[in-house]
Amino acid sequence: MKKIRFTLNAKPHALSVKPWRTLLELIREDFGLTGTKEGCGQGECGSCTVIMGGKTVNSCLVPALEADNQEIITIEGLVDGDILHPIQDAFVQKAGMQCGFCTPGMIISAKALLDKNPNPSEQEIREGIAGNFCRCTGYSKIIESISAAAEAMRGGA
Amino acid sequence: MEQYSVIGKRIPRIDGRVKVTGEAKYASDFELPGMLWCKILRSPYAHAKILNVDTRPAQRLPGVKAVCTGKDFGGWSWGWMPKTRDETPLAVNKVRYLAEAVAAVAAVDEDTAEEATELMKVEYQELPGVFDPEEAMKEGAPQVHDYVENNLSWEFHMDLGDVEKGFREAHLVREERFETGRVITGYLEPPAAVALYDSSGITIWAAKQSPYFLYRHLASCFNLPLNKVRVIQPFVGGGFGGTKNDSVPGDFCSVLLSKMTGKPVKFVYNMEEVLMTCRRRHNMIVYVKMGMKKDGTITALHSRVIADGGGYTTIGPLTMFLTGCMTTLPYKLPHFKHDAYRIFTNNPTGAAMRGHGVTHTRFAAEIQMEMMAEELGIDPVAVRLKNAITVPHETVNKIKVHSAGLVEGINAIAQEPSWKAKDKKKAAEGYISHGVGISGTAHLGGARQRGHQSCGAVVRLCEDGTVDYLTGATDAGQGSDTVLVQIIAEELGLKAEDVDIKRVDTAYTPCDAGSYGSRVTVLAGEAAQKAARDVRGQLSRFAAEKWEANPEDIVFKDHQVYVKGSPERSIPFRKLAQIACYSGPGAVIVGKGYSDYGLEVLDFDKGVGNPGTSFSFTSHLTEVDVDTETGVVKCTDMVIAHDCGRPLNPINVESQNQGAATQGLGQTLYEEFVMDHGKTLNPNLADYKMPLALDVPKIRVIDIITEDPIGPYGAKEASEGAIVSAPPSIVSAIHDATGIWFKEQPVTPEKVAMALKKKQT
Repeated sequence: MKKIRFTLNAKPHALSVKPWRTLLELIREDFGLTGTKEGCGQGECGSCTVIMGGKTVNSCLVPALEADNQEIITIEGLVDGDILHPIQDAFVQKAGMQCGFCTPGMIISAKALLDKNPNPSEQEIREGIAGNFCRCTGYSKIIESISAAAEAMRGGA
Repeated sequence: MEQYSVIGKRIPRIDGRVKVTGEAKYASDFELPGMLWCKILRSPYAHAKILNVDTRPAQRLPGVKAVCTGKDFGGWSWGWMPKTRDETPLAVNKVRYLAEAVAAVAAVDEDTAEEATELMKVEYQELPGVFDPEEAMKEGAPQVHDYVENNLSWEFHMDLGDVEKGFREAHLVREERFETGRVITGYLEPPAAVALYDSSGITIWAAKQSPYFLYRHLASCFNLPLNKVRVIQPFVGGGFGGTKNDSVPGDFCSVLLSKMTGKPVKFVYNMEEVLMTCRRRHNMIVYVKMGMKKDGTITALHSRVIADGGGYTTIGPLTMFLTGCMTTLPYKLPHFKHDAYRIFTNNPTGAAMRGHGVTHTRFAAEIQMEMMAEELGIDPVAVRLKNAITVPHETVNKIKVHSAGLVEGINAIAQEPSWKAKDKKKAAEGYISHGVGISGTAHLGGARQRGHQSCGAVVRLCEDGTVDYLTGATDAGQGSDTVLVQIIAEELGLKAEDVDIKRVDTAYTPCDAGSYGSRVTVLAGEAAQKAARDVRGQLSRFAAEKWEANPEDIVFKDHQVYVKGSPERSIPFRKLAQIACYSGPGAVIVGKGYSDYGLEVLDFDKGVGNPGTSFSFTSHLTEVDVDTETGVVKCTDMVIAHDCGRPLNPINVESQNQGAATQGLGQTLYEEFVMDHGKTLNPNLADYKMPLALDVPKIRVIDIITEDPIGPYGAKEASEGAIVSAPPSIVSAIHDATGIWFKEQPVTPEKVAMALKKKQT
């Protein structure tokens, strides 16, 4: 067991973790934040994507110990009270999801992309979500959603 | 379109908000106090006798609470038909595919359960296996089931008209062999459930696309009346047919282990279990013999299908039926013969997947038609327009088609600039060769084949004018909840937000056949429409009495209720609801309805009659870039002209088409299980490659409106057509780029590169 300190969705935490525990287990089981999903458990599908230190990670592969001194953002950290984050709102308005299982990871990848690049091209959006499988939508409406969110966040629409 | 307020509008999904915030709970997100974890022990052999299972070492491990083996299910077995119940929750005497479930453990946590499975000692006697369906059909091949000769799991034959006469009338007769690949549905949410067996019976939160299958299976397996089985539907992370339309060993084992321990038991499959053991699309060898006149008219078709069924029958009889029954659309076909053989092998089991059965034979017949047209010098558009059906149409197997937008669809895609410039853009850019191809296909909707097939709906009016809607239909992601709510709102003059849909809970919601065969919007929609009209009728009587008007003249629109032609006699819907619930003795207003269209008897054994209530038509244009050095095919554009009658929510219909086409793209170009003696060599999402955002073009959808006379508001299916149309249009585009016809899916870079090399020499 090792004690770690980190912020999760802007709240500071300190707790002890076992060395083999994954960040995904920490988020889902210890904090009950089940918005982050486990799809493949092998770092391929992207359903477990969270932001750690400003970068997206597959939380199923990251040891919880690595969260020490890090800032972590999960899907639950995006809403502001009742108000959806512009990316979330765009996904709702533009039908950026079907079954919704990939959606938290997809939105987190989109956030990481737009935080760095507020005006991405279609190709850059595709690259930004290239680590996230979606079996339902064929990606067209996800890309439209991210593009609309980028515009809204730039103060466009 | 103007007559509707909610129908036909691009309203956002009603489950959008909970899905983007992470609030939506899926089966694996459920936990109960005292919950145990179930893990399954799986066979290391593809074909073996089970001589002994020693569970004692597992039981001795601290934290293990119960263990079960195949024998604990008392010989119970299940299958799609009474005569095909050949599968048991856990293997009893024999395993028939690699990683088949043999025993299960319940322990205090997941790791302990896993460790316990590894401690169990199973004695096997390995048997020779058979892995190729054509080998398995031969005399003397190893028998997968002792009582089945030549491993024939199911056969299905059709013989309509006179194919020999049709071939005699043809100018050209050609026979080719086609093959479709070994692919899986590809949902990201693995099967999972939390089960509780107590004095009130079974309660289970399970990831199911069609929860009433599980409801019946559990009642039968545990010998309980149906009112003691409660399946509660969490959000479902994709289905696409097959596994989530059936029960899995984990379902039965978690319930049994809960019964044994008195504790709730949870299981979640991992992705390796999904990819090694869950239902796959049948891979099929399809021989197509077709006759064609000089002008492109198809005179006859004889198809022969050999399907790899894997270890068990599952839904295979329906698969075989669909391979033949649907070949008579979307082109006129006066003479048709079909022989389909489903063969047991020691591979993982084949079952339904989106485009069930239809995609295989349509791919073969579509490419065959275009190859023959090419031989006769007929343009791909011309040969399709020559043969496309127009309504009213009855096929040779007596499928009645009431609306068909194939001609309009083909004409629409033929107007695309890329198609018009087809012959001009042949100049290759370096190693890249461009190609454009088309296809035209049909798919059934409102599937009604055999067994229980109807949908029900209950609409409860609340005294404040809001509405509760109970349906047995499951939205596994396709968006049906939103469309069904739109229907209720439309009928009652409300907005979608006034209607609350309850997710399936078999204790409360009306029984439903399931979400398959593109039946939900059509049949659950019909039930919803009737239930809402029932409520409207009851409210109309109150309003008519108040205004001394005819109940038929009461209009419900925009939250108002008024007498037709005299809007001054008007009342808010909310107010009328209150009056109805409170005035006089008061009323409890509950509306109900069920789908009853299409009850005519289908001859399942001969493939004659309507397999669904209506038929969609999909015309599909694909552009590709083929790297002639590496053989890599990149799909650069897709346009789908889809006739779903009338889109009830166009944004949803577009998304369904885009998703289906993308799944079709994956299976055409690269998705494929690599098998070695029954072993899946690529059971992970790195090596089993599904399309990512970089692999897929922007997909445009053109709505072809045909106003089907049967579906609610003219609607037909929208979720499966494009998975059938994508493969032939892609293969046609690759042919345009390379001059080569590829008849086996997937068309991998290796196959393309080899074929190009062969062509040059």
